[in-house]
Amino acid sequence: MKPQSHPFQPIRRLPAALIAVPNNDNEAQVTNTIIEAKGLKRSFKARGAKGKTIDAVRGIDLSVREGEIVGFLGPNGAGKTTTLKMLCTLLTPTDGSATVVGADLRRDPVEVRRRIGYVSQAGSTSPEAKVGEEIVSHARLYGIDKQVAIQRGKELLAALDLAEIWDRTCGSLSGGQRRRLDIVMGLIHQPRLVFLDEPSTGLDPQSRANLWNHIRKLRDELGTTVFLTTHYMDEADSLSDRILIIDNGTIVAEGTPAELKKRVSGDTITLTLRTEADAARSAEIAARLTGADAPVSEANVVRFHVPDGATALPVLLGDLTKAGIDAIGVDVNRPTLDDVFLTLTGRSLRD
Amino acid sequence: MSFIRDTWIIFRRSMVLSLRQPLWVVIGLLQPILYLTLFGPLLQTIAATSGFQGDAWQVFVPGLLVQLGIFGGLFVGFGIIAEWRSGVIDRQLVSPAARTAIITGRTLRDVVVITVQAIVLVSAAFFMGLRVPVGALLIGLVLVALLGAAFSFISNAIGIATKSEDALAPMVNTLALPILLLSGILLPMTLAPAWLQMVANFNPFKHIVEALRAVFLGQFDAPIVWIGLLLAVVLVVLGAWVGSRVLAAQTK
Repeated sequence: MKPQSHPFQPIRRLPAALIAVPNNDNEAQVTNTIIEAKGLKRSFKARGAKGKTIDAVRGIDLSVREGEIVGFLGPNGAGKTTTLKMLCTLLTPTDGSATVVGADLRRDPVEVRRRIGYVSQAGSTSPEAKVGEEIVSHARLYGIDKQVAIQRGKELLAALDLAEIWDRTCGSLSGGQRRRLDIVMGLIHQPRLVFLDEPSTGLDPQSRANLWNHIRKLRDELGTTVFLTTHYMDEADSLSDRILIIDNGTIVAEGTPAELKKRVSGDTITLTLRTEADAARSAEIAARLTGADAPVSEANVVRFHVPDGATALPVLLGDLTKAGIDAIGVDVNRPTLDDVFLTLTGRSLRD
Repeated sequence: MSFIRDTWIIFRRSMVLSLRQPLWVVIGLLQPILYLTLFGPLLQTIAATSGFQGDAWQVFVPGLLVQLGIFGGLFVGFGIIAEWRSGVIDRQLVSPAARTAIITGRTLRDVVVITVQAIVLVSAAFFMGLRVPVGALLIGLVLVALLGAAFSFISNAIGIATKSEDALAPMVNTLALPILLLSGILLPMTLAPAWLQMVANFNPFKHIVEALRAVFLGQFDAPIVWIGLLLAVVLVVLGAWVGSRVLAAQTK
């Protein structure tokens, strides 16, 4: 990309201290931890039942490095939003501690608020309010001068393809525009870390893809660390550098999308052969592959899992040729995050 | 003084939004005039009863002013629920703004709206025949502003605590009805049987109405005037305390 056409360029000209560190500048900064949580816990009083509590989040440890896009994936009610609200100072943890952008969550929540951006799934603007008014009044709460707020707001809007909406009312925007406006609101004070709660919920496929591009750009061009919750596996998969999977108030797995898929269920190889006898012999051969599980044969089709389908396939085909078996069809299927979740919890994310 | 700065920012935003809804401004201004024109004439005969001192306007306008303060404030909670639903409250809570400013800024907007309505009301009453000292009118406006602030704090607090119009509506009505019936706003409590008068004595608004009526009769140094003003101030403090407690509890 040419530097001249850099959409976030004007912001980079601000004093160095205000600018987030781009993730590719040097090694030391890449490994900076921006969120460090230990044993974060939250329980709520159960309604109706005396003294009973519901543990929404049961002691979460997590760490996020500066410049990462971390996806917090889990089904509805898993504790994603509760965890996010704790990290954003909207909910006091029942127990545990966290440091967010260098400030202690419990001892100095106001400093945390100054340093983070938060984009709620409920939105951030009144439908009757004009876009510019909301941006300026929000910026003023961070002590930002009106003129600076106007300039910055317009630049951010332009960067998110919303250049012409300054004088429109928020209620007149489309769902995708409104969501991007929420992101502009969350970025107006130039936080190094921004939390996005279910960013693409309720958007049509085109607006989603567009939003994802903008979120990537945020990290790639501004160096903003992004922590997002989602219950869409495709969203977590395509956006995140790293995924934390939460279920029932605890983190059950974490890793890059590729790592998670590889670690949990491996790839599925499906062989189609000419005869059932060939299938039986192929199953024996397949079972001898390193890391393969017990193959399942159905008529002339054999199905089994290996940790890495791409490297197992040439070996398998070589072995089959040596044994004089001619496969008429081979399929390698990479697992989805839903497979991962299913293996980990015994339930589908879609439930 | 970040509290004052933040209150001002939140107030300005709310005020601009209120002014953008001209229909509500007009309805808000029309209401007191409707009271005067459609209800005032009825009062001409009632004012002649033994329970009241002074002419109909001196009896009726103080009652209307107190009522305006109470009801003008009580219903603002619906607005804050709508704001919460569109994410504005959480957005402000996650900013470094002073917690109390988030509710005080909105209450201040309500006070301005209610005071403007009160000014319209006394001006209209003047044209219909209200003749009282300017000082009395000023005390009346201060009292309306204080009551409006107290009830706006409380209504905003209930709104933000319940986050449900279905919960707010019955609560507001339950609060409003005994206050209205036991205040002597529409009829003098001297017409009531002894037990009812006793009960009414526990209603601070009865004393506030009496205070304002005394002021409208030119009795500025009557002890009831100080009692009424003091009660109104206490209510504001109480409302502000409840309001900031509820706001602080939002992130607990």
